[in-house]
Amino acid sequence: MLVAGLSFSTRLYKLTEPPHVCWDETHFGKMGSYYINRTFFFDVHPPLGKMLIGLAGYMSGYNGTFPFIKPGDKYENQNYWGMRGFCAVLGSFLPIFAYLIVLELSNSCTAAIIAATLLIFDTGCITISQYILLDPILMFFIMAAVLSMVKFNQQRYRSFTASWWFWLVLTGINLAGALGVKFVGLFVIVLVGLNTIGDLWRLLGDMSLSLVDIAKHFLARAFALILLPLILYVTIFAVHFVVLNKSGPGDGFFSSAFQSRLIGNNLHNASMPEYLAFGSTVTIKNLRIAGGYLHSHWHLYPEGVGARQQQVTAYLHKDYNNLWVVHRQQDNNSQSGNPDLVRHGDIVRLEHKETTRNLHSHLHEAPLTKKHFQVTGYGINGTGDANDLWQMEVCGGRKGDPVKVLRSKVRFLHRATGCVLYSSGKTLPKWGWEQIEVTCSPYLKETPSSQWNIEDHINPKLPNISLSVLKPNFLEILLESHIVMFRGNSGLKPKDNEMNSKPWHWPINYQGLRFSGVNATEYRVYLLGNPVVWWINLASLGLYFTMVAVASIATQRGFSLGQQRIEHSLVLVRGGGLLMLGWLLHYAPFFTMGRILYFHHYFPAMLFSSMLTGLTLDILFRSADLLLHPPYSYWFQRTGQLLLLFSILYSFYLFHPLSYGMTGPLAHEPGSAMAGLKWMDSWEF
Amino acid sequence: IWVSEMLQLPLVVTAQVDLLLVLVSLLAFWTRLSHLSYPNAVVFDEVYYGQFVSLYMKRVFFIDDSGPPLGHMILAFGAYLGGFDGNFVWNRIGAEYPTTVNVWSLRLLPALCGALCVPLVYLLTLELKFSHLSALGAAVLLLLENSLIVQSRFMLLESVLIFFVLLAFFSYLRFHNASWSRYIWLILSGVSCGAVVGVKYMGLFSYLLLLVVASLHTWKLIGDKTISHRNVCVQCVHRVLCLVVVPVLLYVFWFYVHLSFLNRSGPHDQLMSSAFQASLQGGLSRITRGQPLEVAYGSQVTLRSSVSQPIPCWLHSHKVNYPIRYDNGRGSSHQQQVTCYPFKDVNNWWIIKDPGRQQLVVDTPPRPVRHGDVIQLVHGMTSRFLNSHDVAAPMSPHTQEVSGYIDFNVSMPAQNLWRVDISNREAESEVWKTILSEVRLVHVNTSAVLKLSGVPLPDWGFRQLEVVADKLFKAHSSSLEWTVEEHRYGTSQEQKEREAELHSPTHIDVDRKISFWAKFVELQWKMLTVKQEESEHKYSSSPLEWITMETNIAYWLHSSTNAQIHLIGNPVSWGVGNLSLLAYQLLAVVYLLRRRRGLKDVPDGVWDQFVCLGCVCVGGWLVNFVPFLLMDKTLFLYHYLPALCYLYLLSPALLEHAHTHLLSSLTHQRALCVGALAVLLSIFLTYRTFCPLTYGSPELSAHQLQGLKWRDTWDILYRRR
Repeated sequence: MLVAGLSFSTRLYKLTEPPHVCWDETHFGKMGSYYINRTFFFDVHPPLGKMLIGLAGYMSGYNGTFPFIKPGDKYENQNYWGMRGFCAVLGSFLPIFAYLIVLELSNSCTAAIIAATLLIFDTGCITISQYILLDPILMFFIMAAVLSMVKFNQQRYRSFTASWWFWLVLTGINLAGALGVKFVGLFVIVLVGLNTIGDLWRLLGDMSLSLVDIAKHFLARAFALILLPLILYVTIFAVHFVVLNKSGPGDGFFSSAFQSRLIGNNLHNASMPEYLAFGSTVTIKNLRIAGGYLHSHWHLYPEGVGARQQQVTAYLHKDYNNLWVVHRQQDNNSQSGNPDLVRHGDIVRLEHKETTRNLHSHLHEAPLTKKHFQVTGYGINGTGDANDLWQMEVCGGRKGDPVKVLRSKVRFLHRATGCVLYSSGKTLPKWGWEQIEVTCSPYLKETPSSQWNIEDHINPKLPNISLSVLKPNFLEILLESHIVMFRGNSGLKPKDNEMNSKPWHWPINYQGLRFSGVNATEYRVYLLGNPVVWWINLASLGLYFTMVAVASIATQRGFSLGQQRIEHSLVLVRGGGLLMLGWLLHYAPFFTMGRILYFHHYFPAMLFSSMLTGLTLDILFRSADLLLHPPYSYWFQRTGQLLLLFSILYSFYLFHPLSYGMTGPLAHEPGSAMAGLKWMDSWEF
Repeated sequence: IWVSEMLQLPLVVTAQVDLLLVLVSLLAFWTRLSHLSYPNAVVFDEVYYGQFVSLYMKRVFFIDDSGPPLGHMILAFGAYLGGFDGNFVWNRIGAEYPTTVNVWSLRLLPALCGALCVPLVYLLTLELKFSHLSALGAAVLLLLENSLIVQSRFMLLESVLIFFVLLAFFSYLRFHNASWSRYIWLILSGVSCGAVVGVKYMGLFSYLLLLVVASLHTWKLIGDKTISHRNVCVQCVHRVLCLVVVPVLLYVFWFYVHLSFLNRSGPHDQLMSSAFQASLQGGLSRITRGQPLEVAYGSQVTLRSSVSQPIPCWLHSHKVNYPIRYDNGRGSSHQQQVTCYPFKDVNNWWIIKDPGRQQLVVDTPPRPVRHGDVIQLVHGMTSRFLNSHDVAAPMSPHTQEVSGYIDFNVSMPAQNLWRVDISNREAESEVWKTILSEVRLVHVNTSAVLKLSGVPLPDWGFRQLEVVADKLFKAHSSSLEWTVEEHRYGTSQEQKEREAELHSPTHIDVDRKISFWAKFVELQWKMLTVKQEESEHKYSSSPLEWITMETNIAYWLHSSTNAQIHLIGNPVSWGVGNLSLLAYQLLAVVYLLRRRRGLKDVPDGVWDQFVCLGCVCVGGWLVNFVPFLLMDKTLFLYHYLPALCYLYLLSPALLEHAHTHLLSSLTHQRALCVGALAVLLSIFLTYRTFCPLTYGSPELSAHQLQGLKWRDTWDILYRRR
């Protein structure tokens, strides 16, 4: 109760300050509004977190009209407290969960209290819980999943009872929740998966169980930990797509078929000529997922990148530079009368409408994919050369088949070199405006990268027919949105000038994140862990390794240990091992990630680290009798605990303005309230 | 070759010679070493390694981020044996070697290493406790692998790496199995580990695997209660010494040799710090020799930025002002530009002035500038003061503009006081020293720090790099640090005389040395952080394509005929390797599950042997393959060769295991033998088929080449006639 009370009061204190948009609230608040307005958008994270934010906003009377344009915008009269309060409440559960988890793992109340205290009085955890962000929601689900997993492990001698099932299913639900908020949830899934494999391995070695029993255990876990989360996860997406049915800023990332679902998109209930004809103006979309439109613009390829001709790229947004005109080999002026249809095998010349250059390829290396040929815009006003001719093929078609708009997959084969028009999916450097490379591939294998479809089709001489485009089924949409998300994620590369946070900065609390305010006059909030807490965590990691090494060497050498010591080392190895694994899984993968990283990515790992600290320090204090005699060892234990508590509380007192807001001069300037607290030069408050 | 000598009377020498081993070794030498100097032209990456060999011969310093120096040194040693003088320009693949270059000796050492891999694999299989037949099988697989042959026959490093990896594992296992003269093997293992890591960074993973295997063995040793505590401690210390301390020391030693050997300045000097450069002969040390050490009021200095990204440069100013308005409509102060300029120029000279006094010459005795002193910096040629103010910088608008102050009388007062902040004063001294001190210039009015933003200015700034003052006070960013490079005490107060003085070169004499450790740390750090422009290569490939050998690499094409050399593996052996990898994993899973249920299919001894095989071979494959999946580099098929060798080690051993322990009936066993023989035969035939592409002769017709294109994705070159 005490833990809960403290936890809620620290998180909910000064919740509505500052009354303006802070840091990533500009994204997640905006996306919450999109749900309320039912507008389709694109984001690199799965939808559950934003849906919950939207829901919380809706329940608390927020009407979705605030634009969330940039950090620092004043909320004025909007009801933003509902969304913040929701996140803060979820964030308040973290210390409680930590308390329960450590209690289960170590059977020691002191250990649990240490862990909870570390989290309650950590300024970083408080700050990150107080704003409209995905992290408190994510961490809530991660901790809930770990808690239910630990509870489930305790039920191991009561297989298939109601409580056994309850905790098992709850684990599954929380896993789905964690994954539904951010892909970081995958790490906790791996943690639970490894734990389950270990559990099954134990069961397999239990000779009193028949193979049928083991199969039952296996199936129960497969259902609750694989199937159930999968179903829930898919349901979340189903809700996402049903709720968001209006065209919005995310359309261009998706395929033509996908866009036709959205009210307000020009493909929704589209009407256009059904068959492609010569003289038509078209946009051509690559069939690769998130492939982009064939695009050209007045800029040339720079010196040293193939021939210095006009760039041809693939572009994800809708733009008049995506328009191309389909011509015959020779004529430029469209003839009178009904235009001829383009058929499978016809030779075409594609003219870029804006610049009147022809789509052209030749035997020069492509800018990025050196095995392919370069594609350029060449010639002007219909003049050109033999390298401008492309043979149009309908995939799976025969000679003479007409090309259906939207529905046919077509390929463009270059006449002179025999290569096929291809979008490699690689992003061009600055000179290409970071659009996507288009090449001509000599490898003729049919892949979506070399297939295109005609999306917009304008030809006044042909009758428009209403096209109810093949609505994509749900699985296709699901797959497509995932691929688009992964592309988006890997596309978040650090920019040259930006200060990038490195994973090794995080455990040492090297540098925080500015949530709000830069100058002395502003209300500043700075996301930074309580340095005392974080450094205790760091030291405990080393301590943990030493203690485990000593304990296991002692066991391996067969030293006789007391009953109590053996219990301690079991807790260290089993419980501590689980938390250690959790910490590693939530931390180590970031070292291999190429995308841009931020300080707040460490917080899930920090939760595990704090729990490990609680467990380790508790056992360290209890092992004092190794060195000291009974009355002294007891005093040592008590003094250690009190000292720890005091240092955490005092440091919280010192650093609490980081979370609850600072005004006045910066810390390195005279007269600041935080003077003397800038212990590391890299802290920016 | 087992030679056992027994001293008894009458004195006899009994020698046992494993004829199989001798035979495969001879064949290996024949396949790897025959016609080594053909083609007499630069082949593929020889063009890359060759430039470093030349630099070694000339003892010119260079940085190569592709790997530690041992590999290059081995190649250079080969060149040295052949009397190569370094006078050959490696500029183009296919360029003919002149007669003065001894091609045979250039390629000899990698080829020898490649040939020795074959007997090593034979011995390694024996140490894994498999039979001589298995050992022969593994040796033959390696012997007839076209890609390994190609890679060994040229001046490339993979065969050297593979050789040391195999040697490390062989000697460690020999140590583990042997009962006598064990520690020689342990030391040899440690030495080869040092060599493995010294040749390529990828070797680190193989080294770590060996450490894991060794620690598992040690863990068992610790658990062995029949051995006394003291004995356990001694053994552990021995292992740590040989397998950890020796490799680390050796690794540093390679750098020691590298640095003490390359003592002349060369093309990569600019990447290093001024202090490092000054330690090389020629280059900077020729210029800076004899400069006064302590910077004093009145000193004339050039200030070099400590970052060498994108290029090293010096603080610079010139008689052109910032444009009144930039392209995007923002305004500037229109004062004189201050930039960072990557070339030596008379406009890089600045004079250090005491704000309280007018004079620009050095007193006698000189008054040195110390940490915390406030100074002004006067541009030598234009006499403008270095100034900063609350105006947005041209390219990085969140920072302050830095200018040469001109008073336009627009109520923009001069703010030209800078505080000297020597960041390495603990290591050096409180006094500002030439070359050694790293200095930050803190603007007194705004407490912003002079910083190289590194963004090139547009045409109005002549594409020089932007210099700004940044308010954010971030620790340890080298873009904030500046060092004095050229330095002399100013003697003329008059502007005209001073200009003449600035134009004249500096000299006076002292020699400066920095310690080996400082050089080692700096070089290692630079090697790991220097980023070269990575772009896709025509023959580059992704790791997943290697398993199926999707791509090949054309190494060389004769200048007039169709004769050519490709890196193509033996497709049959490749398939056998993949199959055995899969089979081992399946078998291991089945065994594990059944053992867990108490069903022991094989006796414990055999099980241990099976596990050890998996640890070394499957583990070896994993550590040499998986890291590539996570790498952002341009990768080639040859990166897969070390991993491939582990598979070849695995295949025959697994077959033997199946033969002895899985197949019970005699007919099955015979069928297996016949199958294995048939596979071996087809491996030999494919080896023969691809020989022309491996050795580059005989020349094939276009039609025959077409026939060798077994996969559509292979690039085989045809000359049109």
